[in-house]
Amino acid sequence: MYRYDEFDQTLINERAEQFRRQSARRLDGDINEDQFKPLRLMNGLYLQLHAYMLRVNVPYGCLSAHQLRRLAHIARRYDKGFGHFTTRQNIQFNWISLTDTPDIMTELAEVDMNTIQSSGNCVRNITADHYAGRARDEIEDPRVWCELLRQYSVLHPEFSYLPRKFKLALTGSPHDRAAVAVHDIGLRLHHDNQGRPGFEVIVGGGQGRTPVIGKTIRQWIEPRHVISYVEAILRVYNLYGRRDNIFKARIKILVNAIGIDKFRKLVDTEWEQIRDTGLQVSNTEFERINAHFLPPDYENLADQGDELAAKRTREPAFDAWMRSNVTGHKVPGYAIVNISLKAPGRIPGDISADKMEHVAALADQFSFGELRVNHRQNLTFVDVRQIDLYLLWEQLVALELATANIGLASDIIACPGLDYCALANARSIPIAQDISLHFANSGKLQQVGNLTINISGCMNACGHHHVGNIGILGVNKRGKEYFQLTLGGSADEHASLGIRLGRGLPRAEVPGAIERIVDTYLTIRQATETFLQTYRRIGIEPFREAVYGPVNVSRRVA
Amino acid sequence: MPLTNSHQNIIDPYIKIGPDDSLPAEGALLVTLAVWQDHWERLMRRQELIGVQLTSDEHPEIISDDIDQLDLIALEFPTFRDGRAYSYARLIRERYGFTGELRAVGDVLLEQLHYMERVGFNSFEVLSNDPATDFEIAANDFTVWYQTSGDQRRTATMLRQGKKNHG
Ligand code: SF4
Repeated sequence: MYRYDEFDQTLINERAEQFRRQSARRLDGDINEDQFKPLRLMNGLYLQLHAYMLRVNVPYGCLSAHQLRRLAHIARRYDKGFGHFTTRQNIQFNWISLTDTPDIMTELAEVDMNTIQSSGNCVRNITADHYAGRARDEIEDPRVWCELLRQYSVLHPEFSYLPRKFKLALTGSPHDRAAVAVHDIGLRLHHDNQGRPGFEVIVGGGQGRTPVIGKTIRQWIEPRHVISYVEAILRVYNLYGRRDNIFKARIKILVNAIGIDKFRKLVDTEWEQIRDTGLQVSNTEFERINAHFLPPDYENLADQGDELAAKRTREPAFDAWMRSNVTGHKVPGYAIVNISLKAPGRIPGDISADKMEHVAALADQFSFGELRVNHRQNLTFVDVRQIDLYLLWEQLVALELATANIGLASDIIACPGLDYCALANARSIPIAQDISLHFANSGKLQQVGNLTINISGCMNACGHHHVGNIGILGVNKRGKEYFQLTLGGSADEHASLGIRLGRGLPRAEVPGAIERIVDTYLTIRQATETFLQTYRRIGIEPFREAVYGPVNVSRRVA
Repeated sequence: MPLTNSHQNIIDPYIKIGPDDSLPAEGALLVTLAVWQDHWERLMRRQELIGVQLTSDEHPEIISDDIDQLDLIALEFPTFRDGRAYSYARLIRERYGFTGELRAVGDVLLEQLHYMERVGFNSFEVLSNDPATDFEIAANDFTVWYQTSGDQRRTATMLRQGKKNHG
């Protein structure tokens, strides 16, 4: 993974010192909260319901064991002993004091980490496929480009006051694990018909109040031009994005208002002027960064067929874990292992300082000292020897980190909601806990198979409810929490937005409603259809009926 | 409003002229776009310093043909959150080739001075008793930059490659 050199290090240190001075001015009363707010936000420090929250970037989800130990230390020393992994592959600390923040930044800088632009109307942490560089279906590893774009966007003098926040995601695989279609810019590495690698550029996707699937602005662009192309998009957006209404300020609104063709014309005109300037990525720079992403020293191993099969037959729990949490690796004899942070009844994405340290030790022992944070709020070891899988599983079981539910119904995404977030209408976490416990007790998890349930505490959609196969949105009706269900959302290469099922339900009715939806699916599915496939074949009506009862005439008229 | 050219505090030689003001016979003038367009011929004939101030809704392309005639272009920040003028500044410097004074006016905060200088501004109206000292503080927070921009600073990539920037 990328390590800072002296230049990166100097910049990050200077940023930490700058914030130390800024917060001292605030604490001394030289500046007021209004003046301080934009400064702290540019450093990922939010004021939430009960305390400050600090969001730390995990660039495109890559984390070393060493860094994870430092995060554990921060959780213990400056927080209540917990961290919370987010859908942006970041980690948040929910109980931070302002006086400690400069020290935390210095501690982060020591391990090549920072909080720069993890908030604010600027380019946010860049996200990527968490299997990047390891996935069997991958065409090209996007991580070098992620790092180039990270450096390009950090403290950009022109684009630090955009109309609104700006999110980029990259993937190099046909199967999209990075949800690139619901980002301001999504970049998909693929080959053109002559086999040359290049980026498909998708623009104007997003969630929030106005969910939009992004549109392809360019089918293929040479990688060395990707930064100038991104700059052209950012400049057009900076100049023409709406600034009069924060709910209409994202790039998706601009793209929809003028249409993708006109938008493309503006971008291309701008791009023509800058494509051959210093923004081109030189081979030297590519090679310098690429050297950080060379594969580790893999051993010459064969895939473990029979032995693993024997262990799986003997141990059904191991078998269940293998089926949902472990996936193929492009190198023979290795596997990708997901560690679920979604044990039934627990807060999705939360992990204690003790467990962080244990996970760091396991990463050292089993996966070359590195791991990934993935956008479904779980952790991933990308380089595990297949001969070690059983041993790793046993150790994870001992740590209560072997929940076998990756991609299954209890692998729920939930935003912090009303337990922490000042903008929330409703609590997300308890709903996630209710549902995951419900599934754990029903024993149907494996039978139901792949199903994503995403929960947001308000329209801002941080819990990605629009793209959950089942989405749950917290709403507030006359001071009471209700939950609105949507069906049919998906964040992969066939991205789609969920459709509203019906009126909002009180919290107590949500698990039962989910159960009826799932039972309906089990009854009408054909062969090996997933929930989403069944839904797409049959439509929403049977599910609606299952939750709200048969359609009567009066409802039809209404 | 106090003004600095980033090295020292300066006295503004320009008189600001809006649509309702009559054009004085003498003196350096900083006029709005409307005044510039309405009195273009008269203003071009003057020998004294002349500048145009643009709001953030006014794209500088409108005056790009006149740029060689101008001594000053002032760009407004109606609020510090409105970042359009950062892009305008780069276009004015890097695309339209303006070499005169490029001034930031409006909601210009200490923390933004550094970015403003990087995109090409070289004078700043700041609500402060001593903007030059403010500038000194704000502009020296960083010694490393990742991006090329109008200011010819050497980026991290250039430093890594030991390249000299002949800009
Ligand atoms: S979706 Fe709403 S409640 Fe949830 S974290 Fe985002 S802003 Fe807060």
